[in-house]
Amino acid sequence: MSADYRKKPVIALTHIGAWLLAILWVLPLLYAFWTAFHPSEFAARFDLFSPWTLDNFERVWHAAPFARYFFNTFVLVSTILICQLVICTMAAYAFVCFPFRGSDALFMLVLVQLMIMPEVLLVENYRTLSKIGLLDTTLGIALPYLASAFGIFLFRQTFKSIPKELEEAARLEGANGLQILLRVFVPLAKPTYIAYGLVTVSYHWNNFLWPLVVTNSVETRPITVGLQVFATIEQGIDWSLVTAATVLSVAPLVVAFLLFQRQFVQSFMRAGIR
Amino acid sequence: MKASRNVLYGSLLLLPAVVLLWTFTYQPILGTIIDSLFSTARGKRPAVFVGLDQYQRMIDDPVFWKAMINNLIYALTTIPISMALALVMALLVNSRLKGQGAVRMAYFTPTILPMVAVANIWLFFYAPDYGLVDRFLQIFGWGGNNLLGMPETALGALIVITIWKEAGFFMIFYLAALQQISPSLLEAASLEGASYGQTLRRVILPLLMPTTLFVSINAVIGAFRLVDHIIVMTKGAPDNATTLLLFYIYQVGFGYWDTGYAAALTVILLLILALIAFFQFGYADKKVHYR
Repeated sequence: MSADYRKKPVIALTHIGAWLLAILWVLPLLYAFWTAFHPSEFAARFDLFSPWTLDNFERVWHAAPFARYFFNTFVLVSTILICQLVICTMAAYAFVCFPFRGSDALFMLVLVQLMIMPEVLLVENYRTLSKIGLLDTTLGIALPYLASAFGIFLFRQTFKSIPKELEEAARLEGANGLQILLRVFVPLAKPTYIAYGLVTVSYHWNNFLWPLVVTNSVETRPITVGLQVFATIEQGIDWSLVTAATVLSVAPLVVAFLLFQRQFVQSFMRAGIR
Repeated sequence: MKASRNVLYGSLLLLPAVVLLWTFTYQPILGTIIDSLFSTARGKRPAVFVGLDQYQRMIDDPVFWKAMINNLIYALTTIPISMALALVMALLVNSRLKGQGAVRMAYFTPTILPMVAVANIWLFFYAPDYGLVDRFLQIFGWGGNNLLGMPETALGALIVITIWKEAGFFMIFYLAALQQISPSLLEAASLEGASYGQTLRRVILPLLMPTTLFVSINAVIGAFRLVDHIIVMTKGAPDNATTLLLFYIYQVGFGYWDTGYAAALTVILLLILALIAFFQFGYADKKVHYR
């Protein structure tokens, strides 16, 4: 009883602290959001009663090919996701079910890419792409990421945790290697696939430096690079337009996040802990 | 029989991954090291072997040292501060809190935004006179400054953004670890009459050590890998006050097209990342013992 009595103010303070920090953290986002929906003369001075408008978005939409940028990002992210899932699943399955002399050493080598991501090697990778003639293509942006050490590592961990008995039972029933993979391993690893999928989608939706280097045209630029090209021209001229473009470009991901918040957070946790 | 079958299937399944990893990770690593020993080909002059000249040039290059020091400052400030904040956030969200979900979302949302978007928003906030940050500072009489334009404050301004964006990301890992701590341990501590501070120091923090290690490794890699905000906000200005190593590589490689020198700089970055990897492997064992 006496302990509770002592703790009450502390708990209240913690609550206030938590909320103040939360407000501090979202305030920049809310303000950017507010600016995007108001005429540009209010960007410089906040006025709660200023009129709301969609004008900025309309102007942004017509000023730059954002629809095309979204399309490019969509194609890029889907390509990367599908290829990564297939390639990493194959590799992880090999490491778990078909070990051979040296495959452990090979796995250690694969892990190097966890540390040295393709964008660190951008000068050499740019040269490689130019040699094979894939500069300024969506495939060119995607290629260095298709074999993901993180994916191989994650799927291998998951496959290893699947009981051997299940695999043997399937084999006894006459299933071949491919069937075992598709009917036993993949379905049981579904939570890992979802977790990995969300992480990789958000990573590549947001990726900037490598696409910036590789792309040079409207037809290939993903939304991050498109936003930057637009913002460089508008900066300092009209902040309402820049924030509107920013809000526009992050909207799909943020809406998806708000809808699937729980899965997102859990996925990031699951992908991270193992 | 089984062994040869494993070799056949195993290598076929691994083929696409191995080819891609070779082309875009190992071959470029080797290529970078080799290129760093050559001069940059210009026009009709082909690249010639110059030995360690590029490295000599690097030692004499004040911008390189500036980039290294900046990156060190950047890492040593963003990492501890955002990790400490992340821990606090996780502890707050994990306690019984009114509006827990909303608070967690508030902390986490900056994380899912692309750095380019974050940088553009903050460029607006940092605008002198009418930007959000400057108007806030005006209250204390420190207004009217272009924080991104002054050598003393520019790097600090970028550090603030990074912390704002990363803390929520690290929070998630702490939160996951906190939720795995068995309630009976905490009950035991409270039965023993331990105060919250004691429980935190003696029970919670030691149990979070593996997470702290994991998060710090990720944070260090991030500090050397992510330079999107530099490209958007300052391009290294003013006077290289915000040049980080990878940004300098980007500038040398794609601004001046000096690929030989860019390769030498990349070798340094690779060495730093390798050092982190060794450190991680050294500690990975301890982590296993711990569990």
